[in-house]
Amino acid sequence: MRQSLIIAFIVFSLFTCQQAIAGFDNFDFSGDVTEKRFQNLVSKLRCLVCQNESLAGSQAELAKDLRREVYDLMKSGKSDSEVIDFLVDRYGDFVLYQPPVRPSTWLLWIGPFALFVITAVMLIRKLSRRSKMQEVTLSDSEKARIQQLLHQDSPKDNRE
Amino acid sequence: MKRFLPVIIFLLLAGLLAVGLTLDPKKVPSPLIGKAAPAFELPLLKQPENKIDSKTFKGKVSLLNVWATWCVSCRAEHQVLTAIANTGKVDIYGLNYKDEREAAKKWLQIYGDPYVVSAFDADGRVGINWGVYGTPETFVIDQQGIIRHKVIGPVTTEIWQEELLPLITELEQQG
Repeated sequence: MRQSLIIAFIVFSLFTCQQAIAGFDNFDFSGDVTEKRFQNLVSKLRCLVCQNESLAGSQAELAKDLRREVYDLMKSGKSDSEVIDFLVDRYGDFVLYQPPVRPSTWLLWIGPFALFVITAVMLIRKLSRRSKMQEVTLSDSEKARIQQLLHQDSPKDNRE
Repeated sequence: MKRFLPVIIFLLLAGLLAVGLTLDPKKVPSPLIGKAAPAFELPLLKQPENKIDSKTFKGKVSLLNVWATWCVSCRAEHQVLTAIANTGKVDIYGLNYKDEREAAKKWLQIYGDPYVVSAFDADGRVGINWGVYGTPETFVIDQQGIIRHKVIGPVTTEIWQEELLPLITELEQQG
């Protein structure tokens, strides 16, 4: 019982903490700049100081400044993609959790699928070769030899 | 050949991961390299009535060092910067980032001032335009005001000798 309460608590906090932390900033959301749009945007952006956190979840000074910057840009009427471009121009693709698709990132995007396909093809070929191996046709003399071996009376093997 | 395939795959993977281990994920390459220094205008740290702007960098190779009194590694770097300033080979400008004016002035009084001048970026907005995400950071700016290089983290004597000085000499020769 206690254990399940703890698990429930952890799961609950996982869902709520990001919201709560970004809520510390006390931004005034109105008009086009809805809290939902803001949260959605900052959770797509990486905090460069604590690299495993999004801007939404980080309490680093820089993350606070960048949240304010994002908020101000949104207030000045910038679209989501303009805000993202602003940050990418200054901090590079690394601020994005989802890297853009371009020649230098093709390996990153396609690599896992390519690896999966290659492995799958290799596996299928290997398996089909193995099943072919079982379809060995025996000549009559070989069959006779098998029969002979099977019916050979060996007292040791007949313990069953 | 076939027998060695797993070994080859293993070696390739190990090689890939070994290269990965030598990279520092904290060092994010700046997209600003090769581009003009972002325009800014800021009051000076010591004389708030005077301003500094991005035109300051035109006509010579200069360094812009982002520093703050709250930044521990800046203090370690300070001696190196002072030594660089003393060689007279390059002008070092400071960007005092998200700091208290009085504390910063006192800091320079105690440890010495290697900067030609320091700009005072109280709210860190200019820092954001320069893609600053940690202090110290040092930019190399050429005669045309284009950012040529960025050192993330403290400048050490080795970095000065092996990265910065050769680059500065090269840029000066290009004129």
